[in-house]
Amino acid sequence: MDTAIDPEESKGLSRRTALKGVGAMLGAAAFTKAIAPLTEWTRDISAEEFVQKHYKELTPIDLQIILSRLEKDTKEQYGADVTIKDYKPQEGVKFGYALNLSVCNGCRKCAEACHIENNHDRPSHQSYIRVFEMSKGSMDMEKGNAHYNHPVPQPDKFYMPVQCQQCEHPPCVDVCPVEATWKESDGIVVVDYNWCIGCRYCEAACPYHARRFNWTKPVIPASEINPNQSYLSNRIRPQGVMEKCHFCLHRTRNGRLPACLEACPTGARVFGNLLDPKSEVRQVLAHKRVFVLKEELGLKPQFFYFFDV
Amino acid sequence: MMSVYLKTSARGLGRKTFWCLLFLSATFVETGAETIGARFQVAASTNAPLHPVVIRMPSGTPKVATGLTNFHGQPVMASCSSCHATTKPNIDTRTTADLDQFHQGLKYVHGNLTCLSCHNAKNYDTLRMADSRPVEFTDVMTLCSQCHGPQKRDYDMGLHGGMNGHWDLTKGGRTRNTCINCHDPHAPAFPLVMPVLPPRDRISVPAKPNAKPANH
Repeated sequence: MDTAIDPEESKGLSRRTALKGVGAMLGAAAFTKAIAPLTEWTRDISAEEFVQKHYKELTPIDLQIILSRLEKDTKEQYGADVTIKDYKPQEGVKFGYALNLSVCNGCRKCAEACHIENNHDRPSHQSYIRVFEMSKGSMDMEKGNAHYNHPVPQPDKFYMPVQCQQCEHPPCVDVCPVEATWKESDGIVVVDYNWCIGCRYCEAACPYHARRFNWTKPVIPASEINPNQSYLSNRIRPQGVMEKCHFCLHRTRNGRLPACLEACPTGARVFGNLLDPKSEVRQVLAHKRVFVLKEELGLKPQFFYFFDV
Repeated sequence: MMSVYLKTSARGLGRKTFWCLLFLSATFVETGAETIGARFQVAASTNAPLHPVVIRMPSGTPKVATGLTNFHGQPVMASCSSCHATTKPNIDTRTTADLDQFHQGLKYVHGNLTCLSCHNAKNYDTLRMADSRPVEFTDVMTLCSQCHGPQKRDYDMGLHGGMNGHWDLTKGGRTRNTCINCHDPHAPAFPLVMPVLPPRDRISVPAKPNAKPANH
């Protein structure tokens, strides 16, 4: 009296087969979703760019191929012959910047130098530096006015240029969902423009308003393009990605001073290696009354402000 | 050389006529010649050889354009002593406003100093320290530092004055300004300037003047 059903004799679908089918369907749906961006593929994203890995996973050969491709793209899209390199942090170097608020006269030459050096979009006057006109007696940059347009310096005002503070604990890095931004060993917070998805979380997280978004494809005449470029700094950014001050790493990692410092007509800016006790920036820390912006946030900026006397 | 030529022509023209011409010439401009001087500061005790820090020093005594040109078409420049060697110094002259000829229009706003506080009445091709020792025009920083000690202290630490070149002297040199590259010695305060590149983003846009205040 054996009543058990022999599987061989079963006519309908077994549970196992049904589940397999459902699984295959879900898999196919997930795959379709995963490759959906391919259907939105536009001409300005090449296949190589689409499959490009994260900067930190690139081999030197990968990187070389990418740099040549970017140079070629710049030639095609902007008509300029540029050299794009990749400069690595130096051993024993940690960059620090100091700015003398007693002498800054608010001329915005630093912002202009940044605009030119870093191949910023011309129509939007994009720059990594924003100069605030501040009322004497307050250090609150939120109360500053960046849109002043009258002869400077005004007697009852002081002027405070603000750019990326290269925080020791950068909140912009913490919030990035794809790790497209990180802090390098020399203290510079960089962005892989090709990995950034443009979500702008970092812009919202930065209490210094130091991050910039490329709303449009940057417009720069070929004659004005700075041909000395690097992957993590001043190469022309694609549309829809974030960017930020990188202490001119294509200059500073070669020992040069940043463009904003060289442009400053008052000598308000001091740049150097924080690990070298003889460096100029260390002299500021040793001999001046120094403060950092929004110290209470505990982000430990590597950008210092000081007053004379 | 120039002063010799000047003296020769002065003899030919008649001294009075020459000075009149000189005075009438509209382009009586004082020029501070500045070139890269050969001053080096080298930090000690580093393994790698360091590139020099060059301070842009005045190349020599300043020359004044007379407005005349020589037979090569070059402007005739006169050194201070060309005129002052034969002019009796007047210690009462406090500013250029006290003069009725020469140095007209030279803006002078520098504390309570008088011309002869810094210019050497015994030799106008040099400057004068507060203790009346002469000091060369090329050594102008020594002169300024007498009063501006804190600035000199900061300058020596690399914290005052603009610079160009390299932060890392093992990779390249640096050029630093001297006092008079940025400060007009006769009116050292920075002039008002119009700011460049007004921002066009929406951060920190000032409230419109006709906007209602948030609370009264």
